Amino acid sequence: MITIEVNNRRIEAKRGEMLLSALRRAGITVPTLCHMEHLFPSGACRMCVVEVEGQRNLVPSCAFPVVEGMKVQTHSPRAVRARKTIIELLLASHPDDCLYCVRNGNCQLQTLAGELGVRERSYTGEKNNYKIDTSSASIVRDPAKCILCGRCVRVCEEVQGVSAIDFINRGSRARVGTAFDQGLNVSSCVNCGQCVLVCPTGALREQSHIKKVLDALADPNRYVVVQHAPSVSVTLAEEFGMKPGVDICGVMTSALRALGFRRVFDTAFSADLTIMEEASELAARIAHGGILPMMTSCSPGWIKFVEEFYPDFIGNLSTCKSPQQMLGAVIKSYFAEREKIDPARLFSVSIMPCTAKKFEAERPEMLAHGEPDIDAVLTTRELAQMIRMKGLDLHALPPDTADTPFGRRSTAGKLFGASGGVMEAALRTAYYLLTGKDMENPKIQALRGFQGIKETRIRIGELDIGAAVVSGLGNARKLLDAIRAGRNDLHFIEVMTCPGGCIAGGGQPYGTDLDAVRERMQALHRIDRDEPVRFSHRNEDVERLYADFLGKPLSEKSHHLLHTRYAPREVVV
Amino acid sequence: MSTVADVEPILKQFANGGRDALIPILQAVQERHGYLSREAIVQIGRHLKLPVSKIYGVATFYNQFRFQPQGTFHIQVCRGTACHVKGSAAVLRACRQALKIEPGQTTKDGAFSLEVVACMGACGLAPVINVNGEFHAAVTPDKVKAIINTYRGKVAQDAPTH
Amino acid sequence: MCHDSDACRRRIATRAAVLRRERLDRPVVFVGTGTCGLGAGAGKTLAAVKRYLVDRQREADVVEVGCIGLCSAEPMLDVQLPGRTRVSFQGVTEDKVAGLLDAVFAGDIPADSVIGQFRTAAAQPWPGVPYVDEHPFFAPQTRWVLANCGMIDADQIDEYLARGGYRAFADTIRTKTPAEVCDMVEASGLRGRGGGGFPTGTKWKYALNTPGEQKYLICNADEGDPGAFMDRAVIEGDPHRLLEGMAIAAYAIGASKAYVYIRAEYPLAVRRLVRAIADAKAYGLLGDNILDSGFDLDIVIKQGAGAFVCGEETALIHSIEGKRGMPRPRPPFPAVQGLFGKPTVINNVETLANLPELAARGHEWFRAVGTKTSKGTKVFALSGKVARTGLVEVAMGTRMRQIIFEIGGGIPNGKAYKAAQIGGPSGGCIPAQHLDIEIDYESLKTVGAMMGSGGLVVMDEDTCMVDVAKFFMDFIQRESCGKCIPCREGTRRMLEILQRITRGRRNETGQEALERFKGVMYLNRLAEVIKDTSLCGLGQTAPNPVLSTLRYFRDEYEAHIFERRCPAGVCTELLTYRIDAAKCKGCTLCAKKCPAEAIMGTPRSPHYIIPDKCIGCGTCVDVCRLHAVVVE
Repeated sequence: MITIEVNNRRIEAKRGEMLLSALRRAGITVPTLCHMEHLFPSGACRMCVVEVEGQRNLVPSCAFPVVEGMKVQTHSPRAVRARKTIIELLLASHPDDCLYCVRNGNCQLQTLAGELGVRERSYTGEKNNYKIDTSSASIVRDPAKCILCGRCVRVCEEVQGVSAIDFINRGSRARVGTAFDQGLNVSSCVNCGQCVLVCPTGALREQSHIKKVLDALADPNRYVVVQHAPSVSVTLAEEFGMKPGVDICGVMTSALRALGFRRVFDTAFSADLTIMEEASELAARIAHGGILPMMTSCSPGWIKFVEEFYPDFIGNLSTCKSPQQMLGAVIKSYFAEREKIDPARLFSVSIMPCTAKKFEAERPEMLAHGEPDIDAVLTTRELAQMIRMKGLDLHALPPDTADTPFGRRSTAGKLFGASGGVMEAALRTAYYLLTGKDMENPKIQALRGFQGIKETRIRIGELDIGAAVVSGLGNARKLLDAIRAGRNDLHFIEVMTCPGGCIAGGGQPYGTDLDAVRERMQALHRIDRDEPVRFSHRNEDVERLYADFLGKPLSEKSHHLLHTRYAPREVVV
Repeated sequence: MSTVADVEPILKQFANGGRDALIPILQAVQERHGYLSREAIVQIGRHLKLPVSKIYGVATFYNQFRFQPQGTFHIQVCRGTACHVKGSAAVLRACRQALKIEPGQTTKDGAFSLEVVACMGACGLAPVINVNGEFHAAVTPDKVKAIINTYRGKVAQDAPTH
Repeated sequence: MCHDSDACRRRIATRAAVLRRERLDRPVVFVGTGTCGLGAGAGKTLAAVKRYLVDRQREADVVEVGCIGLCSAEPMLDVQLPGRTRVSFQGVTEDKVAGLLDAVFAGDIPADSVIGQFRTAAAQPWPGVPYVDEHPFFAPQTRWVLANCGMIDADQIDEYLARGGYRAFADTIRTKTPAEVCDMVEASGLRGRGGGGFPTGTKWKYALNTPGEQKYLICNADEGDPGAFMDRAVIEGDPHRLLEGMAIAAYAIGASKAYVYIRAEYPLAVRRLVRAIADAKAYGLLGDNILDSGFDLDIVIKQGAGAFVCGEETALIHSIEGKRGMPRPRPPFPAVQGLFGKPTVINNVETLANLPELAARGHEWFRAVGTKTSKGTKVFALSGKVARTGLVEVAMGTRMRQIIFEIGGGIPNGKAYKAAQIGGPSGGCIPAQHLDIEIDYESLKTVGAMMGSGGLVVMDEDTCMVDVAKFFMDFIQRESCGKCIPCREGTRRMLEILQRITRGRRNETGQEALERFKGVMYLNRLAEVIKDTSLCGLGQTAPNPVLSTLRYFRDEYEAHIFERRCPAGVCTELLTYRIDAAKCKGCTLCAKKCPAEAIMGTPRSPHYIIPDKCIGCGTCVDVCRLHAVVVE
């Protein structure tokens, strides 16, 4: 540790670290716009500039290594004036759109303009007339609001390994775009929405389905039902000022009813259903020499990724649909039959932490009789928006429970929200299917946590099963390349597109607060620790569904409703 | 007309090239075809194992690369300091008026394309224009028409007679 | 040497004398075919010379040489008859070739086209013909870097060797350690000639002292400054000097691979370089274990793709790596972590071209020329409103007045000097009151300018300084990489303010007028923040031309802003156009061509321009054959 002087105070710093991290540790807030934790500093926005004695110009603290005895002023008039001018320059190119913008009240540019006391339009001039790109099913790009911080480009390239977007042109004509500046829908974008999370302004947002859902709710001819993903209930509270890591599933269910949904279902139920099908599929592949390693298929970003970049692995993907789609299928068949509702009247909505789910819902394979099984997908953010719109007070609502026949869930299904959760749930049931017994200790610690690639070997009867868990597509590339190069000791691989799992999905609250994500993960683990039913195959509602309707896993009906197929995609990668 | 197959011989020259071969490859392909077509860029991406968005991003950064074919005669007008001080703005205006196109465009008959260049390094001869590599020094708006007509004559001469 | 004998030594000396053209058995005609020469028609001149020799059945060698630097005299042609000195002629277009050669071969030197004779060794001078080194353009110069330019055939490595080339390199790698070479360069006071002025030896030492197996040397031949063309001339005229300099530098820092990053807009220079590298390799002066010293060096050419910002070190590195040419924060500095993450030294062409002489003659010789802080010479590219444009190499400390008025021959057409822009878009202007400034790195900064790469554009009373500031800001805006906000957005707003100031007043609202008045205030404020916070040198120096013109020509700005008048008569939209009724014959051509339909009149009667409708485009001036449109 070395000592440096900041604002006439001595603070400690680690040798070789950048000045910005030393400042943050000492509780000194210096604004940033282009900074990304754990990635090499870009030095583009210049917001973090500070005065360092001996340096002629202002210095970007994100890219300046600490030096013993250096003297720093973080908020000198010169530094503050520079920051204010930079914000004024950004505002000069920015649409005067705050009141109409999706990020109104939750925008980094807006916040900084407020903090720095910008009070007049000093620099008026030409604004760029870029058109909005609404071609994608999941993500809307509004380049007019882009401040060219580069975070979306970096997360798409350096974290996800997709690189669907990059900077085009140069200077003040520079903008972010896809190859040949085409619509996002014909690019290699996998719809994961990580770019939306890191964007400091309203330049990136999800395709909104709010209007679709509100219209359906107001239509007396429509019977609107909703399902909610495991991640949502442990995250929603954050949108209303509560601390991360609080599970408000019961309150959320009440809120959904108050919004007008006739039935509230739990996607964790169909996660259990997915496990039944998938574990059976895995057992069958192992027994009959099917393609291994098998890979999970619940993450639509991952599926599109394989179809584009690794089509040679399409055969490895499980043919199971995702929990969202499985539930969508049984709602418009089993539930409709049982309740004697015409499936055409049903409007099926899902609440997801994910933007790619909007794309998944529109895939041609996910239609039945020409109609999508899932009619609309709302992100966690969109649900929060609707709750605010309707003036619901989450602190005042009483908790409620989900509806039969799709309300009960095991904790294994709930674990789906975190990286490693699908694998844990699947191994628990695979163990049962192959040995007839339940695991003594169902918690598999090796598969939990934030590491990008986690592996374990587990003994199931006579078999030595190699299991790997990956989150973040950049990490998926590493594993797939290794398998292409000849690695063959794995049986089953879980891949989640978003680093950390669905709890860090593209539809979650803006920003990349790792502490919040950690809290969400721990909330899911606490549920698994505390609740009694911990195996998917012990879910009574699932058992009944098989008994009443599907028969058994991998039956013909199951295949027809709950399984799907994939094909290579012709996109410019 | 360029075909996709035309890119292969160039790529073979850079068989062991990494990312640092990208710009030389783009330059060689443009040298051959006169511009960078979509197909060429996709093939280059496949060869170098680079995302096409990155290649497009690199190509659009630099002045040199064109994405549309040039005219038979490509006119570059120098807008460096010395040329500016000696009146190149008027020369550019004259070119635009004579050809009825803006810099970056090609005439409808494909005979001429126009480009503005930051500085060609022939400052002692300002104002300078360059047509297909041939330099013309001390150009004035009056001379522009004559210079263009000379080349127009060449276009007519070389035109195939059906 | 094959044999250590007197006979061998004599043979080598004789051969060298022949290569230096001190012994001729037949006449030689030299034609300057650098880019400047070609632009003036030297290609045709060359063809005419060859035709002449065939037609007249005269035996003579025809040699192509590079730019000697007197661009305004191009196309240049030299003739050297056996036993006589070499004589240089100016303006020799193809139609003049036959007449000139007839005269010279008959022993007559036409006074109207001669520039002068050289002091060719062991040759008889021409009586009554001035010497080149007494010509006002050449006399004050100290030509170290440009010594061979225009004198030798750039494609012949043997000519370079005959003049002592590569000797310093051979001595260096055989008898000195890299550390000693770095010390020597540091002691000489040589500073980066690309504009930064950073002590070259010091930069080398950072790289030398950074541990690493692989190190790189990059020669920055991007020369993006509009108005600078000295690097081009050196490469076209004397490429081996650059290669020798690069080899010495690479040895000093421990680099086994070097790149020349040269702009694509210099095709002739690229060709010369390709040939020079191949020839040097063939002679074992490049490659593995050069001259049995254990030193390896491979030189690769990388062409730029048209981006001024790639003259910046880290942007240049990214360009070589195949990325968008965008700079990155420093530290780490390229000398420690550069190309492909390895220690890399980037030096400008002129810096490197200084090394062979420096290595040969030692640092004390180098230090003897120049000022206290800036040693050696500097090559300037003199252009604009000056009688003799071209390349000029003078000792540091030479006065600006001498360069412009003696060497450059002053302002043509009897116009008054106004300013000289030095340092291109990063520099500033030197007004009349500072003409006696002794040019070096520090003195220029005190007057708000910068050495830059050495582009020197002279302006006269007909130049509008606000227009010049706008021109440079427009250039910067086109060339800004767009990464950092102060440069990308800040220079855009500065440009808009300048455009507003030079725009016509027609239909201006009160709001717009107010913005115009506030313009200068905002220019200063923005300039300070842009200089203080930009990521790289391009942004940090972008406001300089504006600040410099504001400092010395504030009155011009005020005339534009408050009086809506351009004193120099350049800003077309601030000019009023009027038809002189006495001259106008009513041909109606202007009325037809006017894009704003601002001209009225009946055929065969004088026409009239409606001031409120006129947009000041100047079309009527261009089309009127009677010069009846008056502009004021």
